[in-house]
Amino acid sequence: MTRSVRRTRRTTQVAGLGAAALLALTACSSSDDDSAGTSDPSGSASASGKLSGEVTVFAAASLKESFETLGKEFEKAHPGTKVTFSFGGSDALAASITGGAPADVFASASPKTMKIVTDAGDNAGEPATFVRNQLEIATLPGNPDKVASLKDLTGSDLKVVLCDKTVPCGAAAEKALAASELKLTPVSYEEDVKSALNKVVLKEADAALVYKTDVKAAGDKVEGVEFPESADAVNDYPITLLKGSKNTATAKAFIALVQSAEGQKVLTSAGFLKP
Amino acid sequence: MTSPASGKAGAAVDTLGGGPRRRRPRVGRRRGAAPLPLLVPALIGLAFLVLPLVALLIRAPWHSMPDLLTSAEVWQALRLSLVCATAATAVSLVIGVPLAWLLARVEFPGRGLVRALVTLPLVLPPVVGGVALLMALGRNGVVGKWLDSWFGVTLPFTTTGVVIAEAFVAMPFLVISVEGTLRAADPRYEEAATTLGASRFTAFRRVTLPLIAPGVAAGAVLAWARALGEFGATITFAGNFPGRTQTMPLAVYLALQNDPEAAIALSLVLLAVSIAVLAGLRDRWMTAS
Repeated sequence: MTRSVRRTRRTTQVAGLGAAALLALTACSSSDDDSAGTSDPSGSASASGKLSGEVTVFAAASLKESFETLGKEFEKAHPGTKVTFSFGGSDALAASITGGAPADVFASASPKTMKIVTDAGDNAGEPATFVRNQLEIATLPGNPDKVASLKDLTGSDLKVVLCDKTVPCGAAAEKALAASELKLTPVSYEEDVKSALNKVVLKEADAALVYKTDVKAAGDKVEGVEFPESADAVNDYPITLLKGSKNTATAKAFIALVQSAEGQKVLTSAGFLKP
Repeated sequence: MTSPASGKAGAAVDTLGGGPRRRRPRVGRRRGAAPLPLLVPALIGLAFLVLPLVALLIRAPWHSMPDLLTSAEVWQALRLSLVCATAATAVSLVIGVPLAWLLARVEFPGRGLVRALVTLPLVLPPVVGGVALLMALGRNGVVGKWLDSWFGVTLPFTTTGVVIAEAFVAMPFLVISVEGTLRAADPRYEEAATTLGASRFTAFRRVTLPLIAPGVAAGAVLAWARALGEFGATITFAGNFPGRTQTMPLAVYLALQNDPEAAIALSLVLLAVSIAVLAGLRDRWMTAS
């Protein structure tokens, strides 16, 4: 517990986000190949193949809703396990992993941020692309400014927020704008995709370039407008096991769930594209 | 830091300059050998505060420093930081000194509560302050809605927004410092002035203000330094746009995400500015406290 508290604190400092969600409740059911049995709270996977212990997953902010769902499913399927998430800008997460943050799994929103981790040799095994994501324009509910294309965001009086180019959603936005040869001056470069989206949710900005999945997750608080240039800036999401993992069996099982048909169903229903 | 009764409080700043070794024999001579149970934790405390800063110096990419620090973005961010911190301090002086006077000199019901509220931003996480500012002064905020529809003024994403965020976080430092000085100052001078025919405002302007000037200066320095380092409320309320709202701490945070060397270099600049301020204003600062 002490370790998880410390870990949370460190992550919070680096990512500048709220504490990682602790999905504590594990429901009592069993499934799959694992036989139901006593839980092992000590945190180490036993040799018998029975999964247990805590897994810490660092994941891009855009994966929040889907991964929380998958985390609950995982805990349900494997009683005695606990999946702890830290969501944030992929770059901040990568920086904290290379800085020694204890995590088992890293799911980033771009190969470029994953490369920070692999370059530092903090991965165990090859990162695998598990989903892709596309940008969409998030506007105020009802689209009062009649935004219909990327061009509508340029040169007008609209307050637009983008992600900072250091984070994948910002890099993708830059790519889409470059592909369409448009120049867009935002009012702010936000530190991750969720804070860009939230500026629209709070009605402080009129539009934001965020992922399709974020628009979907925000429900009726924003309205999404698709634009063709987004096809030029599709982000691959790689996932990998980390070298520092103390609980590889359970961590591997979580990665397997993300890549399984079941996991893909959750992700595609959130708006992600198949790899 | 200033607790040693010797009054040689400048020594506290000397340690910032890296001179703990020079200081030890002096203390030993004057006050007798320090008992080990005090000395050991004290030195650990000192190391705890100084070591991270030393680490910053050790890990600094000295060879690429010139390139990193002469870039236009860095100067833009530094200039914006200095301008905004100064503006926030000015705002704090204009409204904070009267507020401190009110708290120190006027008896009114609920004064304790008001004082607690004034100091709340000191303990409030800055991000919470930013969210609160957004709710109050944002385009859709409680007050901001009217600012927008009546005057066409929107504060988020503007340099003014940065100044507001910084003033919100930094002003309590000034108010507390000035209020303390006012309480320590003898009110009889003001009373004498008023019995001689000066109005209360004149007495404040001509008698009280010169009397508490050192306290005001100390509070202003504290507020300025706090404003300079402000991060959470700024990024939440004012966003991040180079040249407009991207101050040094924001630049450091974002640089850390893809260019740690640049982040270290930027941090060193902020560190140097902070030390320069403390050293430059040492006398005034210390006499006031």
